Amino acid sequence: MSIAIATRKRAHSASLARLLDNRTVLSVLFLLPALTILLLFLTYPLGLGIWMGFTDARIGRPGIFIGLENYVSLFDDDVFWLSVFNTVFYTVVATIAKFGLGLWLALLLNHAVPFKAVIRAVVLLPYIVPTVLSALAFWWIYDSNFGIISWLLEQIGLVKDRQHYIDFLGVPWNARWSLIVANVWRGIPFVAICLLAGLQTISPSLYEAAALDGANAWERFRYVTVPMLMPILAVVLTFSVLFTFTDFQLVYAITRGGPLNTTHLMATLAFQRAIPGGDLGQGAAISTAMIPFLIGATLLSYYGLQRRKWQQGGADD
Amino acid sequence: MTEAVSTALADSTGMKYLETLPRRVVTVYVPLVLFVIILLFPFYWMGVTTFKPNDELYNYSDHNPFWISSPTLQNIRKLLFETDYPQWLLNTMTIAVCATALSIFASVLAAYAITRLRFRGAQTIGLLIFLAYLVPPSILFIPLAILVYGMGIYDTNWALILTYPTFLIPFCTWLLMGYFRSIPYELEECALIDGATRIQILWKITLPLAVPGLISAGIFAFTLSWNEFIYALAFLSSTEQKTVPVGVLTELVEGDVYHWGSLMAGALLGSLPVAIFYSFFVEHYVSSLTGAVKE
Repeated sequence: MSIAIATRKRAHSASLARLLDNRTVLSVLFLLPALTILLLFLTYPLGLGIWMGFTDARIGRPGIFIGLENYVSLFDDDVFWLSVFNTVFYTVVATIAKFGLGLWLALLLNHAVPFKAVIRAVVLLPYIVPTVLSALAFWWIYDSNFGIISWLLEQIGLVKDRQHYIDFLGVPWNARWSLIVANVWRGIPFVAICLLAGLQTISPSLYEAAALDGANAWERFRYVTVPMLMPILAVVLTFSVLFTFTDFQLVYAITRGGPLNTTHLMATLAFQRAIPGGDLGQGAAISTAMIPFLIGATLLSYYGLQRRKWQQGGADD
Repeated sequence: MTEAVSTALADSTGMKYLETLPRRVVTVYVPLVLFVIILLFPFYWMGVTTFKPNDELYNYSDHNPFWISSPTLQNIRKLLFETDYPQWLLNTMTIAVCATALSIFASVLAAYAITRLRFRGAQTIGLLIFLAYLVPPSILFIPLAILVYGMGIYDTNWALILTYPTFLIPFCTWLLMGYFRSIPYELEECALIDGATRIQILWKITLPLAVPGLISAGIFAFTLSWNEFIYALAFLSSTEQKTVPVGVLTELVEGDVYHWGSLMAGALLGSLPVAIFYSFFVEHYVSSLTGAVKE
């Protein structure tokens, strides 16, 4: 009796074990948690968002299909076009500055300098710390009455007195540049540390060979460093463009789109229209309008720089 | 020149001999020091403001703004005892830990299936998961808010614990796939021959070997969840449910009067946990950051 139960139990657990050793069953089982979460909270909302752009959904009321009405009203909306301009301007200028300075920092760190590990750790801090909290520090630094930059300028003698302090966040162009500086400050570490990892894989013998062939410092950089760095540069650039273009936190924390809606990025405008404004349909339409830009920017930076690898049908593994 | 060449032969680090010390100071050390000062200044400013009493804070003519004459803990005391700050810290911690655990669990299984089980379409699934990483939260938060509301988890910790994995899982899966690939397949074959099941192999062979990868993925996921802002802003509304970044920005800013002392104290205390956490795992952090990019 007891033997029979034991055998049946063993047979049962053996068949379970066999089932779990079946590759197909196990693959499905293993992929289930990740795919469930991604399909439910990523793919579905992505589709829902595009759909919502064609409805007049408001908070507390599901919308009905209204065709292109949201897009038509956005087309005549100056604030929307200004936010598109701001987003493109912000992305282009900040990305160029981040990569210029980031590459410079990476090249500096690639020298044999004392305390290199410590410096590298410290340099990455702006990237680690919550963006909103460092943005608050920038807000305080840019303060129109007690900002430290204004005070320093006064000490140097560039600004006469408190009446002539630079209003960093109160004038549209000042505010745009201030936001870009904060974004560059936060973005440099990521670019620098990634590029440094790329630089460290370049063999010093390549530089020696180039030097023996008579290449000067600039030529060594141009014909050895840059081509060797290209693959990693393409990936870092793609990520950087993507995250700068969709940035929300810095602008929301420092200016909230002000003064007078002149510094909105598309993401902050979508938020303002959808959540405090209650117009979910139009917010979703603004978000959806970002997608073509994103795809374009991603393809451009990725394929533009990785041309060689791509043309050879390089391994995408 | 011959002298330079002979030192170069002795020196294995390449062409360092071409640089004289004064040249190095100008081209390397000075710019490097400037970079470090600029990158760290906002944190210094945060710290100085936190411990300044109000009369020093707004009086630059009598006090040097870069230093504190009479440090005070007033701002921190106000933050900890007169606001919901401790509650926000607790919320952020809970959400970050749960979201990280959930993401690591799902990512380990997915990464193992993609790299080791070799089912049909594994490459495609891997690529799709990577593409999921490229979908930014700022185009998802509006429909997600509807979804979260519909599920009845709006304004709870669950709203964030369940949505943060959308950006954590793609990242962690991609990172762990790299680690799993670096583990020799022969080890698993040996175990298979010895009669181990797939699950035993994953649990007793692959995972112990992938511990550095797990730590990297874990700390990265933890910091990303700690720093997340837009979902927390959109999916939470009551004061006691907020996370630190949202709480500091929306609750401590009262009208037009900015209490910079307590604001900076809030920013400093909210940054310290991640900074300390990071300082313990710098190497893992750097390797996960660069590893994910190189993949």
